[in-house]
Amino acid sequence: MPRPRAGRRMTTTPAPGPGVDPSGLGPEKRASFIERYGISQRAEGLAAPLITTVLAFLVGGLVVLVTTGKNPLTTYRAIFEGAGFSWFFDLGSNRVGLPFSDATIWFPWNVSDAESVAAANLQQTLIVTTTLILTGLTVAFAFRCGMFNIGGQGQYLAGSIWAVWIGSSFSGLNPFLHIVLAIAVATLGGAVWAGIAGFLKATVGAHEVITTIMLNWVAIWVGSFLFGLGGPLQNDLQSSVPISNDVVENAFLPVFWGDALLQGLHVGLFLALAALVVYWGVLNRTTLGYGVRAVGFNPEAARYGGIGVARNYFLAMAISGAFAGLAGAIDVLGWQHRLSTSDIQTSQLGFIGIAVALLGRNTAVGVALAALLFGSLVTGTSTRNLDPEIFQPELASNLTLLIQGLVVLFVGADILVLWLLRRARGRR
Amino acid sequence: MTTVALPAAAITPRGLRRIAWVGIGIGLIAAWIALPPIAARTWVPSLLLGLFAVAIGAWIVVQGERRFGWFAIVAGVFGFGLALLATFSGLGKLESVVVWSALFAAMLRFATPLAFASLGGLFSERAGVVNIGLEGMMLMGAFFGILGADKTNSWWLGLLIGVAAGGSAALVHAFFAIHLQADQIVGGTAINFLAVGLTGYLFIDVYGTEGTPTDIPSIPDVRLGFVDGIPFFGAIFDQLNLMIWIAIVLVPLTWLVIFRTPIGLRIRACGEHPRAADTVGIDVYAIRYGAVVLSGMLAAAGGAYLSIGFVNSFNENMTAGRGFIALAALIFGNWRPFGAAAACLLFGFSSALAQRLPEYSQSASVLFQALPYVLTLIAVAGVIGRSIPPASVGRPYRKQ
Repeated sequence: MPRPRAGRRMTTTPAPGPGVDPSGLGPEKRASFIERYGISQRAEGLAAPLITTVLAFLVGGLVVLVTTGKNPLTTYRAIFEGAGFSWFFDLGSNRVGLPFSDATIWFPWNVSDAESVAAANLQQTLIVTTTLILTGLTVAFAFRCGMFNIGGQGQYLAGSIWAVWIGSSFSGLNPFLHIVLAIAVATLGGAVWAGIAGFLKATVGAHEVITTIMLNWVAIWVGSFLFGLGGPLQNDLQSSVPISNDVVENAFLPVFWGDALLQGLHVGLFLALAALVVYWGVLNRTTLGYGVRAVGFNPEAARYGGIGVARNYFLAMAISGAFAGLAGAIDVLGWQHRLSTSDIQTSQLGFIGIAVALLGRNTAVGVALAALLFGSLVTGTSTRNLDPEIFQPELASNLTLLIQGLVVLFVGADILVLWLLRRARGRR
Repeated sequence: MTTVALPAAAITPRGLRRIAWVGIGIGLIAAWIALPPIAARTWVPSLLLGLFAVAIGAWIVVQGERRFGWFAIVAGVFGFGLALLATFSGLGKLESVVVWSALFAAMLRFATPLAFASLGGLFSERAGVVNIGLEGMMLMGAFFGILGADKTNSWWLGLLIGVAAGGSAALVHAFFAIHLQADQIVGGTAINFLAVGLTGYLFIDVYGTEGTPTDIPSIPDVRLGFVDGIPFFGAIFDQLNLMIWIAIVLVPLTWLVIFRTPIGLRIRACGEHPRAADTVGIDVYAIRYGAVVLSGMLAAAGGAYLSIGFVNSFNENMTAGRGFIALAALIFGNWRPFGAAAACLLFGFSSALAQRLPEYSQSASVLFQALPYVLTLIAVAGVIGRSIPPASVGRPYRKQ
């Protein structure tokens, strides 16, 4: 019934001319406008982050142009190649190993890093992306409960420290059990570290931003103490190097793409992808997730509806920290295999999680895409991957930080856009 | 038999606090007598004094002044603990570590950048704008301070340029927080990222990987001369950096401005109840802009002191969390100038001590660096009486 009418109207309704009474056509025009507005608002979910990113890259390019006089496009292209994305245009070899087995499958792209620098670079990018997905989920999960967890870095370090301790002890353990144990304890470690902030928020109302910042620095200094000279977990063999013991080889995560000795891509990537599914599932398909989101929308209304606000604050924070702890474990077991005090003091991946979550708008897909963006930026600008003849890597890694800052700043402006739209709709 | 009932109601909170200060003092004396120059080689008197301080503290807590009561208890326990450690340590080592005049001078040096940033944060947060970006603003001041001093060949122009750079970073934060009503914590985080990226980028661009040259003019020390002869104070105050003196003056000045002037009343009104402030004709936006920009300028002054007053060089991300310690000091000091300054001195003292502790244990001195953060966690956890922020801090104000 509606279909033919719509068809008829499309063919028979004359276009409104200048003489047509506007009041007669008003409601219909408005309906179509609201429809279009609805679509644009849904699209905004993708459009706003895209605009944000493009804007940040534009400003970054401007900085490159003004300070060095180099072509920003050439620079970005070098970063793109440093991140290994040229691999997708690198056709050739055709065998790739399946994880946990000797089987191989046919593959159109060049997958051996002996032949392909691009493949090695892409592996690096995906290793960083793995971590960023998890640290991004850390921030995103807390956001969904209305909290800002700035402490991803500290929770990540808590996970790393536990993982390196478990991984370097118990050398006789079954490899699978060893990995599971290290990951479980590290995840719990991250959860506890964030849980402190959640507990303080739930019981005495201490603001989670303050407590998580403080916990970050406590984790940094405790880590420096543990592995520093004379520290209790410092290397047993080299007493003059501030570094942990090496993780035993049994506890390494299996590498499924590339050379294990040259930091190939480990199976942690699948854990991160699984975490994305868990994140989505817990939030959208469980009672716990319902409670977390309800508290995030409006704690007072949630309380009135019989949802335990304090309990949800604590649980959301602990789960959030668990993601970061898992990230720490995956990094330690996957490619770092040891922790030095300078690793602990200069690591930034937990902080970048903030930008990932904000840009990804706290959705699973958004976090994955934003993690890939920042992962490729971090890798593409590293001293190891960026061609120094095109652009100085030391400069470019700071460019990454700059772009990251701009993204976070413009996400703030993005809130302005939403606010303006909402206000416009409210007045109409 | 007549019981002498203590007139509990007659003792004002202020009186209780005074008594608590006596308890804190006794706790400190407990530690002091075991350290050089007295260096009593027995811990018995320290135990008695420590117990006395704890008793006073406990009584104050029971009377209802929890925060200061707990301070006295902690002072008593710490005093005795420190004295115990000191009596077990060798006298020679003790005398090389505990040189009071050097410790106090180092404390002032470490506390000065914190105090600038902390007082800056106080203005911003008292006006109702959270400033997580203190760290970034400090870093801006540190880099542009040294860059300016290098290019103009004048320390005070460098300082001015650094302060202006911090002020402009704060202006960005203010614009996003006030006009765009963006989340203030997101904005502050962005400022921190931006500052690290921008200063790191320009640092490499201008100075390369070798670092800043060594002949950059630095903020001068003030030589008093006349205090030279006074035994203890002479060693501390005779030669201090100009910025340290400015910080010392700034603390009471801030108190005066915030609590004793109309402009301070307006700032506090904007932080507590902006709607009410607006109703009586205060321009909330203007006050908040001013306060945030001032906070950036002060934080940048602290940063510039670091680069051209303290270490005379710059390296990437050199503030290394000092902005966050300043924030911690602000919270620990309950958003009050003297409280924040006391917290800065405490944190500065712990840094000064950490610098000398490797004599005993390399690793323990590292762990000592976590102390300010742990203390702040305890403070916000409310064990020692809650830290209560301005009522409307972090909430954007929408004009009607």
